[in-house]
Amino acid sequence: MSKGNQVLEEITSKEYEHGWNVNLEADEAPMGLNEGTVRFISAKKGEPEWLLEWRLKAFRLWEKMKEPTWPNVSYPAIDYQNIIYYSAPKKKATLNSLDEVDPELVKTFEKLGISITEQKRLTGVAVDAVIDSVSVATTFKEKLGELGIIFCSFSEAVKEHPELIKKYLGSVVPMNDNYFAALNSAVFSDGSFCYIPKGVRCPMELSTYFRINAANTGQFERTLIVADEGSYVSYLEGCTAPMRDENQLHAAVVELYTMKDAEIKYSTVQNWYPGDKNGKGGIYNFVTKRGLCFGDHSKISWTQVETGSAITWKYPSCVLKGDYSVGEFYSVAVTNNYQQADTGTKMIHIGKNTRSRIVSKGISAGKSQNSYRGQVHVLKRASNARNHSQCDSLLMGDQCGAHTFPYIDVENNSARIEHEATTSKIGEDQIFYCLQRGIDEEAAVALIVNGYAKEVLNQLPMEFAVEAQKLLALTLEGSVG
Amino acid sequence: MSLKLKAMTGLKKKLLLPDMSTTTTRNINNEIVEAFHQSKFDVAKEYRNKALAFFEKTGLPAVKQEEYRFTPIAKSLEKNFDWSVIQSKSAIESIEEFLIPNLDANILVFVNGKYSESHSTIISPESEVKIKTLNAAFKTDSEVFAPYFDKILNPESDPFAAMNSALWQDGLLIHVPANTHVSKPIFILHLNDAGNSQVISQTKILGILEKGSQLSVIEKFDSRGTHSVFHNFSEEWIVKEKSHLEYCKVQNDAGKSYQVANTIIHQSDNSLLNTFTLTLNGELVRNNLNIIIDGENCESHFYGLYLLNGNTLGDNHTVVDHKKPNSFSNEMYKGIMDGNSKGVFNGKIFVRPHAQKTNAFQSNRNILVSDSATVNTKPQLEIWADDVKCSHGCTSGQLDEEALFYLRSRGIAEPIAKAMLLYAFASEVLTPIKNETLKSYLDNLIAERLQKNF
Repeated sequence: MSKGNQVLEEITSKEYEHGWNVNLEADEAPMGLNEGTVRFISAKKGEPEWLLEWRLKAFRLWEKMKEPTWPNVSYPAIDYQNIIYYSAPKKKATLNSLDEVDPELVKTFEKLGISITEQKRLTGVAVDAVIDSVSVATTFKEKLGELGIIFCSFSEAVKEHPELIKKYLGSVVPMNDNYFAALNSAVFSDGSFCYIPKGVRCPMELSTYFRINAANTGQFERTLIVADEGSYVSYLEGCTAPMRDENQLHAAVVELYTMKDAEIKYSTVQNWYPGDKNGKGGIYNFVTKRGLCFGDHSKISWTQVETGSAITWKYPSCVLKGDYSVGEFYSVAVTNNYQQADTGTKMIHIGKNTRSRIVSKGISAGKSQNSYRGQVHVLKRASNARNHSQCDSLLMGDQCGAHTFPYIDVENNSARIEHEATTSKIGEDQIFYCLQRGIDEEAAVALIVNGYAKEVLNQLPMEFAVEAQKLLALTLEGSVG
Repeated sequence: MSLKLKAMTGLKKKLLLPDMSTTTTRNINNEIVEAFHQSKFDVAKEYRNKALAFFEKTGLPAVKQEEYRFTPIAKSLEKNFDWSVIQSKSAIESIEEFLIPNLDANILVFVNGKYSESHSTIISPESEVKIKTLNAAFKTDSEVFAPYFDKILNPESDPFAAMNSALWQDGLLIHVPANTHVSKPIFILHLNDAGNSQVISQTKILGILEKGSQLSVIEKFDSRGTHSVFHNFSEEWIVKEKSHLEYCKVQNDAGKSYQVANTIIHQSDNSLLNTFTLTLNGELVRNNLNIIIDGENCESHFYGLYLLNGNTLGDNHTVVDHKKPNSFSNEMYKGIMDGNSKGVFNGKIFVRPHAQKTNAFQSNRNILVSDSATVNTKPQLEIWADDVKCSHGCTSGQLDEEALFYLRSRGIAEPIAKAMLLYAFASEVLTPIKNETLKSYLDNLIAERLQKNF
């Protein structure tokens, strides 16, 4: 296995390729968090009174809350007064086409290999690019508008569709849900809003790219997707972040709301800066994601490929309220060097005949710690609920750790719940089999890892699968894909 | 500070206790500490004081505490017990009905937390196994147990272990010399008689198997009477190199009985361990079974079965801690919940950084028979070594409709068909039991239980 170790060595010594820094003059809030900061953000965005009140309420709740300590991660205490809670690119004129976008921004995307123009032309993906908290480019909007689909930045939605925001904001993730959700509710800067009207099947994948840009800026995105009766939407979210020395906080909230017969498919590729190989720097990714299957026969499917962040703390969940509703969770989480990930899902079965499926694949390398934490909760009236969970861990190297914390709480006797988990390393016999057939060791490792994660990668939309594989490869050498 | 002085300042102490999160736990913790100061203990004072100091710091676990999330013991103890009265008399004369028929074994009996010499019979010679009460052993055999007593089961690991270490009334030292095969099993009966008044008993066992020895232990927990019983039980087993321990626990408490059992087993190189835990009755049963595999080439099998009905809460927390390479552990716990009963299972597998080539398996399967029964299960793997094979699986469901239909289509009435399927599900965990007398006794116990209810 000396070659195998060599491969792992290469993987672990790989530098972060996507590190860069765009020089955008930021319009920042003063450092620190108090009521004034909340008012500043709200005023800056020209928000109506009710939203300011909502933010302030959240802020007051947050003040009384304590940072959770139960996740299986450790990090130096965050000084919440040492963070700039708002920064926006200076140019604020309304943009109609890409030409009006700051050329430096366009360059940024090109560097990442995901140019807006190209995506727009070749793949038909509408891109709502978020750089440092304010949307600067929204494409395909008119085309979507014809179908009655609303897809815009959060602040725009507040102005143009206040009735929808008022109705659904905080309906899935209440502001007092947890410490970071409360923080986000108080200071969220911007994000995306999406509404799919009755019976409409969104013809293209919707996508947003988040980037953290100015130093010392926490990102507090808020995404809200509402799928009305019988509609369907597939939403993609991808993240890459520049190299940075001090830790950055990212506390986003994502809310999904599906009505009768509706379906939302939410895919994430996350590649925030993970810190260097000594564990210095890197993003703290504390995200609250939750979907509510409100109507009967509705469906929510989460797919995530997590390769970045120094610390990931994230549980995309499904509340299966409607009868016959379905929740799915597919995840690949890769940790390397000193990364720590505590991620998983919650499936709350409330309605009758609800089904859920969990597939979680963890890969830990270097000195990283990778935890799966999930809950399957079947409430009393959820008869005939069905769940199958599978969480596998793959260990590469003898200094990393893999942990599994599944909670299974069943209160209904007709529910059928199955959970299985395995932990192993790449088998020497598997490598041997490949070598025997003339596949060299590096390719064999790639083949096996790829096969291991395939079940999840297959869930990603075509446009995204390529990038996901790229990012997987970035974390685990150039071997995957 | 002397013990007497402490007792006098007991009242003062009440005010100095750390602020507990709820007012309900505050009282009970004080009462327990007070009970300690009122008791007169002859032996192990240093151990007791140390444990008490820790207990004073933590108190009984609050419901919010992760390890006791589903098991509100503190509340039950406060509601049902008067801690100023600890000693209680028993009216039991014959113990015949609690024994396992035809079992040829050493019989050791505890009644209400006290060792009862008149009911006990030791048939193995002392050259095979030394059996002494802890109170006696403290005076004569301290060199045998001092290296282990309260060390393997650290009082700080669990509030109930701390309480037990501070307040134990009686216990046993079981010592098997090197290269000895104890031919007759040891049967320990823990009997609590709450016919006259409530019973609080706290007992403790320390068992040491020296190199190359072999022992089979059967423990049975019974109670009778209408008053409440609280039994806080701790035991430590040291299984040294090349030793072999067979351990079986039957919890058949009746009525209003609350039990917490902390069992810890420490294994050294090349040792073999088989444990079996059967939980049938009681108001609340909490088992903490910790197995420390601190040696290479060890083998550990542990099986459990909980058949619950009524309002019983059966909580099994198990830990297997692989500290050294090349060992194997296999765990299988099954549960059938009926009535308003609640089953709780938490199985932890730890594989420490140097424990390469570890194979660890765990499975937990549950059947909910009634509408109002619930199960909370949390299998937990924590692995820090890469060259290992570990897996866990857990399920919850009800009987297979097709299997039921198959039996009914062959003329078997539904209740019998159900009982048959449940019996088949449950009896699998009995397979590893080697003692035939014990096995057929347990088999009958299970069959009787299932037929009676379905």
